[in-house]
Amino acid sequence: MRRMSMELDVFVGNTTIIDEEVYQLWLDGHSVSDAVRMRLESDALSECEASGEVLHSDTMDQYRTFQMCERLLHCPSKLANQLLFQIPAHRQAMLIERYYEFDHTFAREVLGKKLSKGTKKDLDDISLKTGVALKSCRRQFDNFKRVFKVVEELKGPLVENVQHHFLLSDSLARDYAAVVFFANSRFETGKRKLQYLSFQDFAFCAGQLISYWTVGAVDNMMEDMDVDLEKEFLHDLKDLKVLVNDKDMLDQHKSLVCYQLKGKIKAFSEMEANFKNLSRALINIASKLTNTKDVRDLFIDLVEKFIEPCRSDKWTVGDLTLFLTHYTSTAHTLEMFRFQILWERYMGVIKSCILKMYHD
Amino acid sequence: MPGKLKAKIVAGRHLPVMDRASDLTDAFVEVKFGNTTFKTDVYPKSLNPQWNSEWFKFEVDDEDLQDEPLQITVLDHDTYSANDAIGKVYIDIDPLLSSEAATVISGWFPIYDTIHGIRGEINVLVKVELFNDLNRFRQSSCGVKFFCTTSIPRCYRAVMVHGFVEELVVNEDPEYQWIDRIRTPRASNEARQRLISLMSGELQRKIGLKVLEMGGNAVVGYLQCFDLEGESGLVVRAIGTACTLDKLSNTYTPATAINPCNSSPSKDIKEAGFGEEAPGVPLSSGPPTPLRAQTFSSFSPSKSYSRQSSSSDTELSLTPKTARICLSPSSPTLQSKSSPIPTTKALRSTTPPPLHVSQSDTAMLRKSVSFSEDLLLAASGMGSGGSAGKEAGPLKALLRQQTQTALEQREFPFFTLTSFPPGFLLHVGGVVSARSVKLLDRIHNPALGNTRSYKLLDWNSFTADEPETRDAWWEEIRQEIKSHAKALGCHAVVGYSESTSICEEVCILSASGTAAILSSRFMQDSALDTEHRLSRQQASVFTSGAEKGEGDMGSTASLGFEDLMSPGCAFCHIPYDELNMPFPAQLTYCHCCRRYKVPDVLFTTIDLPTEANVTGKGCLIQARLCRTKKKAQGEGNATAISNLLPFLEYELHTQLMNKLKLRSMNALFGLRIQISVGENMLLGLASATGVYLTALPSPGGIQIAGKTPSDITYEQHISNMQKKINDTIAKNKELYEINPPDLVEEVIGSPIPEPRQRSRLFRSHSESSDEVSELDLSHGKKDAFVLEIDDTDAVEDIHSLLTDAPTPPGFYSCNTEIMPGIYNWTSALQMFTSVRVFRLSNVNLTNQGLNKVFNDLCENLLKSLYFKLRSMVPCCLCHVNFTVAVPEDELIQVAVTAVAMSFDKDQTQENGRQSIDKNLMKAITENEDQLQFPLELSAESSSNPLNSAKGLSEVSGPLPSARAPSVDYSSFTDRCSSWIEQLRLKAHTIRCGSIKTMSSLEKASPLPEGRSRSLRSNRSYAGSSVTVVKMTPLSFIPGTKIIKYLGIINMFFIRETTSLREEGGVSGFLHSFIAEVFAMVRAHVAALGGNAVVSYNMKECVFMENPNKNQAQCLINVSGDAVIFVRESELEATPPQPHSASAQTSSSGEGT
Repeated sequence: MRRMSMELDVFVGNTTIIDEEVYQLWLDGHSVSDAVRMRLESDALSECEASGEVLHSDTMDQYRTFQMCERLLHCPSKLANQLLFQIPAHRQAMLIERYYEFDHTFAREVLGKKLSKGTKKDLDDISLKTGVALKSCRRQFDNFKRVFKVVEELKGPLVENVQHHFLLSDSLARDYAAVVFFANSRFETGKRKLQYLSFQDFAFCAGQLISYWTVGAVDNMMEDMDVDLEKEFLHDLKDLKVLVNDKDMLDQHKSLVCYQLKGKIKAFSEMEANFKNLSRALINIASKLTNTKDVRDLFIDLVEKFIEPCRSDKWTVGDLTLFLTHYTSTAHTLEMFRFQILWERYMGVIKSCILKMYHD
Repeated sequence: MPGKLKAKIVAGRHLPVMDRASDLTDAFVEVKFGNTTFKTDVYPKSLNPQWNSEWFKFEVDDEDLQDEPLQITVLDHDTYSANDAIGKVYIDIDPLLSSEAATVISGWFPIYDTIHGIRGEINVLVKVELFNDLNRFRQSSCGVKFFCTTSIPRCYRAVMVHGFVEELVVNEDPEYQWIDRIRTPRASNEARQRLISLMSGELQRKIGLKVLEMGGNAVVGYLQCFDLEGESGLVVRAIGTACTLDKLSNTYTPATAINPCNSSPSKDIKEAGFGEEAPGVPLSSGPPTPLRAQTFSSFSPSKSYSRQSSSSDTELSLTPKTARICLSPSSPTLQSKSSPIPTTKALRSTTPPPLHVSQSDTAMLRKSVSFSEDLLLAASGMGSGGSAGKEAGPLKALLRQQTQTALEQREFPFFTLTSFPPGFLLHVGGVVSARSVKLLDRIHNPALGNTRSYKLLDWNSFTADEPETRDAWWEEIRQEIKSHAKALGCHAVVGYSESTSICEEVCILSASGTAAILSSRFMQDSALDTEHRLSRQQASVFTSGAEKGEGDMGSTASLGFEDLMSPGCAFCHIPYDELNMPFPAQLTYCHCCRRYKVPDVLFTTIDLPTEANVTGKGCLIQARLCRTKKKAQGEGNATAISNLLPFLEYELHTQLMNKLKLRSMNALFGLRIQISVGENMLLGLASATGVYLTALPSPGGIQIAGKTPSDITYEQHISNMQKKINDTIAKNKELYEINPPDLVEEVIGSPIPEPRQRSRLFRSHSESSDEVSELDLSHGKKDAFVLEIDDTDAVEDIHSLLTDAPTPPGFYSCNTEIMPGIYNWTSALQMFTSVRVFRLSNVNLTNQGLNKVFNDLCENLLKSLYFKLRSMVPCCLCHVNFTVAVPEDELIQVAVTAVAMSFDKDQTQENGRQSIDKNLMKAITENEDQLQFPLELSAESSSNPLNSAKGLSEVSGPLPSARAPSVDYSSFTDRCSSWIEQLRLKAHTIRCGSIKTMSSLEKASPLPEGRSRSLRSNRSYAGSSVTVVKMTPLSFIPGTKIIKYLGIINMFFIRETTSLREEGGVSGFLHSFIAEVFAMVRAHVAALGGNAVVSYNMKECVFMENPNKNQAQCLINVSGDAVIFVRESELEATPPQPHSASAQTSSSGEGT
C-alpha cells in the first residue's frame, strides 16, 4: 500500500548513473519486479542492507534511464554528441557494447534467416526454445536488422563498417558481420544435420568467407561491398572440375596425397578408399557455387558430402588437418593444373571451415 | 544606440522528423530580439541542416540588452499550411555585457519545446559590441557582475561590501489572463517563459542600478525567486549583497586557492568610474555608500495598507518602534568589563535557551500567540542595544561602534553571504527569523486587461500600489528581522534569505538570517592593507569618539586586537549583554580562549567559518513536522495558519534541539526552516548541519521525564527509553568522532547539568485545544492529568527520534558547503536532483500519522540517495537542500538537490598535514612539469596545431636551453598509445604554454606513428564534441581552481504534456524534464566557454498533474554561476573519470 501511494519518484544525476548489473537485467528483458527480486537475492547488495523499497525505486529509475537512452543507442554515434545525458566516454562504450551484445543461442536460431517481419513473428518460439526472454529476443533481433540495414549498402570492409557506425568492439563487430553476411546470403543453417554447429562455428566460417571470398577481400578500394561473395570468383570455380573430371589428374592427385600421408594418419586406409569421393565432393561444391541456391547450401553440403563420411570413418581432427593440407598443397605439383591461385583461395577457406565444423 | 547584438545561425542536428512523407524536415530559423526578427533560408530536406547564416545584427539600447533574451525559433517550412514550430532557444546575453565575463556565446543549444521537450540541437554564435555612452548608467547597469555564490567568488577580492540590495517586479501571469484561456498550452507556456525571462532581466538591471548607486560593481549571493501568485499575478523578486570586487590579477598563485580574499595586495582598485565614490574621505563615520533613503521613503512603516488596514496598524505595534534608532555607542561604564577574568559563573539560567529567536508574525490578522510574543518582548526589552561590545574591551567597542554607525545608516544591514573573508565576521548572535501570513488579492486592473505586449510596463505609472504592496510586506518583515538582530546585540544579519509559500490566496512570507557583528574592514576604505587601515581608523575614531570618553586606547593594543580575536572561537563569543540577555541562556566561558562568554548552543544560517575549531565531524540534522489544518477560505484560512505557525516553529525547534543533543553536538549551521502551506495541512522542514564547536560547552544528555510515576511498567518503559537514548548518544559520539578534551570541567564546573536544565522531550497535543498546548509549552511539564494516548504519542516521538536512520558506513551528509572534519576531497563529484511526491491515501490522518508519513518520506528518500551513490563511498552529501511543497490536497512533494563528493579515507584525520602535503604535491608537480617537457612536445606535436600557433604568438621570454635535444621517442610512443596518458600530456600542454609548443613546431614530424595509434584507440566517441560540464551547489570544485566567472545562469522552463502515460507517467515525465533542464544548463555554460556551474540551485520545481486527463505540467527555475576551472594538479591521475579529465583540460585550454 505504501508503494502504491508513491506518486512520483525520480532521481536525476548531472552525470547519468548507470548500474551495470541493472542494465544487464534490463537488457535481459526482466520486468522491474523480477529485477528487484533478483537484486534482493543477489549477494552483491547484501552489505548495503537495501530494502525492497529502495531497490524498487532504484530499479525504476534505472529502467527509465535506459528507456530514454535506448533511442540514442539505436544510433550509437548520437550518444557521443547528444546533450541530454552526460555520460563519461567509457560508460558510453559500455552502454553501447552491452546493448548490442547478443545471446549466441539466439543468434544461432536467426542465423541465415531473412531479417523480416515474418521472422520477428517467430521470436516467441525462439524465445521458448532458447530460454531468452522475448523482450530480449526482440531487442537482439532489432539490432541485427538495424545493423543489417545500415551496413547493407555501404562500401568497404564489412567489419570496419559495423565498427564505425555502431562503435562496437572488434570481436562484437566481427560477430555482427557474420550475422549480416549470413542474413544477406541466406545460408542454410537450420537443417537438422547442422544443429550441432554453434554460432561461433558459423561466425568463424563467415569470417573466412568475408576475408577471402568477397570482392573486398581482393581489393578493398573496390566499389562493391563485402557483403556479397565475388561473382567472378564463384564462376571461375567451375574450372576446378578438371581435378576430378581428368582421370589422370585425379589419380595423380590421390597418389601424391597418399604418399605424403602414409603412416601419418590413422585413417589412412579409409582415406585411400574414399579419396575420390571426398575430392569429388569438394570440387562439386566448388563448381556449383554459381547457383544462389547452392551457395545457401554450402554448409549443409560440406557436412553431408564431406564431414559425415569422414566422421563415420572416425577420422581424427589431426587426420583431417593433414589430409586437407596435403590435399591442397599437392595439387600445386600437378603438372596440368593451372588454377593455383583459385585453388588456394578456395581450399584455404574450405579447409578452415571444415576443420572448424568437424566436431560432435 | 549603445549596443549592437550579432547572431549567426550555423547549423542544426538531430532535428525531429516533421514531414512524415519524406521522414525529413525543411527547417529554417527565426532570430528575434526585441521587436526585430530575422530569418534564415529554408534548408530543405535534412535533419542536420547547415544554415551557415549571415550575421544578424540588432542595434539596441543596452537597457534592452539587459532585459531581453535572444529568442531563436526553429521552424519547419510548410508551403501549404502554417509553418510548424520545432522548438526554441532563449539565450540570456547578460554575460556578454560584462567585460570580465564571457566574450562570445558559441555552441550547441538544445532546441526546446514546452510540449515535446528537447528536439534536436542548434549551433549558434552570439556577440555583443557595446558602444561607450556617457549616459549608459541611466537606465542600464551593464557591467555589474552577478554571482549566485554566497561568498566572495574565488578569483576575486572583496574591496568593499556595501550591503543589501533588493528589488521586485510584478506582472500579470499570462497563464491567468483571460485571453490565455483560449490559447494553446504551448503559446501560454512560451508567453510565461518569455515574460519571466524579461522580468528577471529587468530585475537584474534594476538591482544593478542600485549597486552602481552604492558604488559597487558586483552582486554576490544573488537570490532571485518567483512567486506564482496565480490570479493575482506573478512576482519576481531578488535580494543580494552589493560589493566592490577586485579581480585577482594572478589567479595561478597557489595562495589564492586557499585565501582568495587576501592574497593579492593589488592596489589598483577598479572604481567603476565613480569619481565621487573614490575614497577621498574614507574615514568619515558614515559608509561611502549613498543612502537609499530616497528609494524607501515611500515605504515608511506608518503607511497604511489599504486592503488590510484593520490589521496593519495593530500589527506594527508588535515591531519595536525603535527599529531605526541608531544604537548608542557603548557607555564608559561598561568598559570596566574588559577584564578577561570571569566575575560570575554562568550557571544561573535554568531554562533551556532558545537561541533561535523565532517569531511568527500574524501580520494582518492580529492573533498573536503568547509564546512568540513573550520571546519577542524579551528580545525587544533589550532596548537600544547599549550593551554592545562591552565584554570585549574598549577597542572592540570602538570598532564595533564604527561598524555600527556604518551599518546603522543602512536601512537593512543584511548580507546574503554565508561565508566571509577572514576577519569579517566577528561574533554570531543566533538565528533571527520572521514570518508573516498575507492574503493575496486579485488585481483588478482594467488598464491592463487587454495588454498583449509583455514588454514590461512602467509599474510606477500603471499600478503603482501593486509592487509597493509587496515591497511593503517585505519591508515589514525585514524591519522585524532587524529588530530581532538588535535585540541580540547585533548590528547586522548575515546568511540572510527570504522565501514564500503560496496556497490559493494565502501567502506565507518568511525571512531568516543570523544576527552577527561584523568587522568594519570591508565596509570602509579598504584599499589599504590591514595594519595601516587599523591605525588610521583608530585615529579617526579618536576624533569622533573623544567626547564619548573612549579615547584611552593605545594603538598597539588595537593592532593586537584582531590577532587576539582571530582564533577559531571568536565568532562564538556572545555579542549581547550578559546581564541583560535577550532571552534566558546558559553562558559559560569559551572553551578555547577562556576569556569570553559563549552560549551553550549556537544556531546559525551561515556556513561554518573556515577558522572555526570543530571537534569531530558534523552531520545533517532535520526536523520534520506535519500539521493538519481545516480547509478554509480567505481570512479564516489565514487566521488558522497564523495560529498554527508558532507551534510548528516551536516544535521544529524542539526537535532540532533534541536531535542535536542526541548527536552530542552543540551548534547548527546552515539552518533553513521551510514552512509550506497546503489546503489542509502545514509542512515544516528544518535542515541544518550539526557540529561540535570546541569553544562551546559539551551538551548535556537527554532525560525523559516520566509523567505518571505511579505506574511501574511505565516507569520501566521510560527507563528503557532512557537507556536507549544514552546508548545512541554514545554511539553517535563514536560515529562522529566527538571526543572533546575533558579539562574543561574545572572551569565551568560539572558539565552534567541539573535535571531541570536538561532538554526535555515535551510535546504539544494538537488534538487538544490550543490552551492545553500553550500550557504545555509554557511549563514544559505536564501535571498528572495525562491522557494515555499522549504518553504513547510521546513514546512514539522518542521512537522516531531514535529511529532516524544513521547514515550508512562511508557516508556523511551536511547541508553546508562542506563537511567539517573532511579535508581531502577527491575530484569525483555527482550533483543530483531527486523528487518524490507522496499521495496520502487516508484523508483522515492524524497529526501523528501525518508526521510519520512525512518523516518516512524524507528518511526513505535519504536512504535511496545513499544507496544510489554507494559507488562513491567514502563520500559526503554536501549542500543537501530539501524543499517541500503541498501541490494538492493529498500530495506531499519533497525535492532534494545536493552534491555527492568522494574523499580520501586514509587521510581523513590528518587535516593538519594537508596543506603541507599540498605544497609538496605542487612542488612535485612543477618539477615533473619540467621533466616531462620533452614528452609533451611530442605528444602535442601534431595533435594541436591551434595551440601551437597560439603558443608561438605568446612566446616572449627566452627559450630554455633544452630544446628537447635527446628525446627517446620510442619510449613515449608507447606512453602515448595509452589514452589516459595522452590526456595527462595534454594537460601539461596547457600548463607549460609557450615553451613546449614552440619546440613542438620544430619537431612536428617525427611521431606520426605514435599519434595515429593513440587516435585509433580512442574510437570515434572519444572525440565527442560535447564538453563535460560539472554542476555543483557548492561555490567551488575540490582540487580545482576557478579561473574565470562567465556570468550568472538563471533559467526558467515550463514543460507540459497531454500524453502523460505515453511519456512514462509522472515519473517518466519529470525524469526527462529534469534531465532536459540539466542539459540546457550545461549547454549554456559550454557555449559561454565554461566547464562548470557552481552554486547551482534548483529554486523552484512546481509540479502539477491531472492523470485523468493524461496531463501534467512542471515549472523549474534554476540558477548558478558559469565558470571555467582548471585542475590544481593536472598530474593527478583520475582513472575513474578519464573522460571528464579530457574535457576539462580541453576546455580550460580555451579559457587560458
